Amino acid sequence: MPQPMPAPDVLDREFLEIRAKLLEVAASFDRIDRGEGSVEGDPRMALYREALETLLSDQPNRAEQIQQIFSRQYEESWRTKFGV
Amino acid sequence: MSRPKAHGLQPVGSNDHNIDPTKNIKYRQALTNMYYFDPHIHMVSRTTDDYETLAKMGCVGMSEPAFWAGFDRGSVDSFRDYFCQLTDFEQKRAGMYGLKHFTWMCINAKEAENVQLSREVIKIIPDFLDCPNVLGIGEIGLNKNTKNEATIFLEHIDLAVEYSQQILIHTPHLEDKFQGTRMILDMLNGDSRLERNRVLVDHVEEHTVRHVLDDGYWAGMTLYPVSKCTPARAVDLIEMYGPERLLVNSAGDWGPSKPTAVPDFILEMRRRGHPESLVRKIVYENPIEFFSQSSNFSFTPPNVPEAAIQ
Repeated sequence: MPQPMPAPDVLDREFLEIRAKLLEVAASFDRIDRGEGSVEGDPRMALYREALETLLSDQPNRAEQIQQIFSRQYEESWRTKFGV
Repeated sequence: MSRPKAHGLQPVGSNDHNIDPTKNIKYRQALTNMYYFDPHIHMVSRTTDDYETLAKMGCVGMSEPAFWAGFDRGSVDSFRDYFCQLTDFEQKRAGMYGLKHFTWMCINAKEAENVQLSREVIKIIPDFLDCPNVLGIGEIGLNKNTKNEATIFLEHIDLAVEYSQQILIHTPHLEDKFQGTRMILDMLNGDSRLERNRVLVDHVEEHTVRHVLDDGYWAGMTLYPVSKCTPARAVDLIEMYGPERLLVNSAGDWGPSKPTAVPDFILEMRRRGHPESLVRKIVYENPIEFFSQSSNFSFTPPNVPEAAIQ
């Protein structure tokens, strides 16, 4: 299996990039707050919140977990339902 | 008293063992073109200048699945003209720069919602399967995961089996991807006539790649600016799943996309210190291995060494 870079090297290389991405997210939330009206009941905001909680966890597969949060559920019985 | 240096605040790359502008061999490699195939790119939507740029960046060939034009076509004749463009004109444009152009035939998942039109299009596809640059049936798949899309997907599979064609599959976008990919795998796995190593399931991401590889199919990672994979995340998947049966492509088309995304992936692999042999396997040897299962695939490697960027 291909070896990833050592963790300290990844952090050195990506520190500023990650910092910039966090700032973009923070600024986007600030922009939503400054805008007229409310999005409090919008289900997409709940998805963001769930994704951010996943980000703060120590699970090894955060990217996959966040993909799942933004995904429609799969139902095994779909073929029966569709009749195909 | 000197101010302590904040961890991580040095200029980007200054502590990167791969980037030494004067003597590091990996830096020199990063300035060298590597030959590669783009296994999924929609050149009908790109300019001739893009063909030239791709050739300059080391691209030696591409495969172009039939796809949605950005609007729904009104008749089977529109598709016939499109298939002529894919099997004739695009080969000529690519050939101007020494590139090999291959293609795939189908009606895409979005227009498959129109079942009647889809069946008319499927009827004309055999007329094109003997064209020398046709590799198979694709990109078929699902878009919004509807009954009609699934019906036409299965009829394309029947066509591929009847004519012993390879298959290239589009998986849906964003929130529909996981559900649609699982539905596609259900349909593929339920068909004992298929040879799984002749099927490529494209646009995989973190939540779908494992399912595709575990079931024995090839998987494609598409490098897009916002949706799908970035070059960095594609390299992450290589590090987690290995290089077997994995491809990377740009899927460059008429929307926001970057036809030179595969070289971005190559550079990211090199910056992380991965060996040239591994990079070459993913961007050059894997596409050739997959395409070689098609009777129409013929490719002569360039008779010149890979060149330094001028």
